[in-house]
Amino acid sequence: MKKVYYIENLDCAHCAAQIEAAVKTLPGVLAASVSFMTQKLIITAQGDMSKIEKDIQKIVHKIEPDCQLLKEE
Amino acid sequence: MNKKLKKKGYHILIASLLFASAFIFSTWKEIQLILFLTAYLAVGTEILKKAFQGIRNGRIFDENFLMMIATFGAFALHEYPEAVAVMLFFQIGEFFQGYAVNRSRKSIAALMDIRPEYARIKQGTEWQEISPEEVKPGEIILIRPGEKVPLDAQVILGESSVNTVALTGESLPRDIAPGDQILSGSINISGLIEARVLSSFKESTVAKILDLVENATHKKAPIEHFITKFAHYYTPAVVMIAFFLAIFPPFLIAGQTFSEWGYRAITFLVISCPCALVISIPLSFFGGLGAASKCGILIKGGNYLEALSHVKCVVFDKTGTLTQGSFAVRKINAIDISEEELLRLAAHAEYYSTHPIAQSIKMAYGKKINKKGITAVTEIPGRGLKMQFEGKEIAVGNIQLMKEMNISVPLFDEPGTPLFMAINNRYEGCIIIDDFLKEESVGVIKKLKKEGVKKTVILSGDCEKAVQYIANLAGIDEACGALLPADKIAWVESLQKTLKKGEKLLFVGDGINDAPVLARADIGVAMGGVGSDAAIEAADVVIMNDSLSKLLTAMSLSRATVLIAQENIVIALGIKFIVLGLGAMGFVSIWAAVFADVGVTLIAVLNAMRILGFYKKCL
Repeated sequence: MKKVYYIENLDCAHCAAQIEAAVKTLPGVLAASVSFMTQKLIITAQGDMSKIEKDIQKIVHKIEPDCQLLKEE
Repeated sequence: MNKKLKKKGYHILIASLLFASAFIFSTWKEIQLILFLTAYLAVGTEILKKAFQGIRNGRIFDENFLMMIATFGAFALHEYPEAVAVMLFFQIGEFFQGYAVNRSRKSIAALMDIRPEYARIKQGTEWQEISPEEVKPGEIILIRPGEKVPLDAQVILGESSVNTVALTGESLPRDIAPGDQILSGSINISGLIEARVLSSFKESTVAKILDLVENATHKKAPIEHFITKFAHYYTPAVVMIAFFLAIFPPFLIAGQTFSEWGYRAITFLVISCPCALVISIPLSFFGGLGAASKCGILIKGGNYLEALSHVKCVVFDKTGTLTQGSFAVRKINAIDISEEELLRLAAHAEYYSTHPIAQSIKMAYGKKINKKGITAVTEIPGRGLKMQFEGKEIAVGNIQLMKEMNISVPLFDEPGTPLFMAINNRYEGCIIIDDFLKEESVGVIKKLKKEGVKKTVILSGDCEKAVQYIANLAGIDEACGALLPADKIAWVESLQKTLKKGEKLLFVGDGINDAPVLARADIGVAMGGVGSDAAIEAADVVIMNDSLSKLLTAMSLSRATVLIAQENIVIALGIKFIVLGLGAMGFVSIWAAVFADVGVTLIAVLNAMRILGFYKKCL
């Protein structure tokens, strides 16, 4: 399943790369990419999506405490 | 400016005032120290908090941590003003950087924004403005002159012209009347029109284009990956060096003090942040992608944008790419009757046929057809047709038809498709139909070669003779005809083998029956993408109109983007290494180090934004 998230307040390019790398290692996540410019995270994942989402939230919060993970409408 | 930036701005302002007032109390050391400390906390609390969070989360070597050790070190050396200044200027730098990046993000996004704001739908007798997302297929929308067409629709009332400049990058008004389709994102120029919506917003042309452009930044160019990797090693390396710089010289070299080398080590840390690099490279590519979409070229990723600058071999499809893709009469060879008469008879004979060749003959004739005179039309599949007209028996068709009727015709060795005509079983001449070379093709091929393309090739399903003919006209090096899609892939693969590492092969076609080749080539370019989902789907680069010269635009845009990215690497690393070197030797104060760090980032961001000016060239 492909999902798009919006990372609010993502203003550090290096952090964007770190978030991308960390999300890629999550179990169930097949592919992930963060675009610093559009502040978007796109993942392809399978399995328990709500758990994956929580894990992503944790990662984002850990790397950039100011950032909020928002679901795209 | 967002909330976060505003808050940062206030902190900077307060800290600056405290910092400045501290100098008034230069004789009263205790007060001065308190002012310095409050200024430091006002501007630095955020950084210290982040640094601690970083340590707790196991990410030590980030910029916040560097600033923390640098300023703590300065305090330890009793360099109070320096400690405050480092933090203050670092934050000012962050502020400007955040501002610049936000601005750039917005201006690039605005460049790509072709999103219609509203749609006006019929609610009873009233027209009501609603969001295009809420409109369902089948509903009627009203579009006033000057407004954007919100959804793909079919005109049911009114006449006007529309301009597809936002979609194709080319200002070319097209007249529309009831029955015509209009694409979302185009602009209604002259008249009031009512139209029936054909698809939901999600399925509309404009939504597909927006989606494609926005997702393009997710496919990163190799140069972007390189920078990310570089930053990964760079920061820890600098911290290690700073550590050795602080410890070893005072021990090993007689007469050297800890405070002197500690100061140098701090300078080192201040300059070590890789921000300038990490920000400016994606920004350059984002800008490049934005400028390209403004030119009517959709590039599906930073990787393709970079690859476009390494194209050494260009493979063309023939029909519709190098040629106009529509048949036209090239030549009329009449024997006893006039050319005009031959064309007139042919146009009448072909009147009921829908074959593309028949269309081109009717178009060439262009006068009124005497429908009543046409009788006894018999179509002979794969051959042509026979009919009665003005008391004559007319046969029109290919060589097989003539052979079957035992009519002898002269031999032909001309490119194009001959259409033979016999009147009362006697050969009267032929009309040669051909697909013409686009006017721009020759110029584009010449320029491609000038820009470093080593080989140009045509691969086509058309007959060998026609392909060779077009290749000669257009100045193309190699041509191969009568190919099936699978043959084209084999050709592309063998051509790829002749290229050196890092050199790219580009295939350009109409995207409809070329999908496998588009995918196999290093860069697959589809032409005439506007309104064609198949093309947008299959290609890496979509040229929205069918202008071949956009290929040149895309390649020079790519070179400009890559050049800017390289400039930024050289500027950022160059200045940093110089300042690092000078800092280690003790020639640079912490102040200068902070300025260098902030300055480099700003220069890099401004330089990256230069690419936005590029699109003006293609308008």
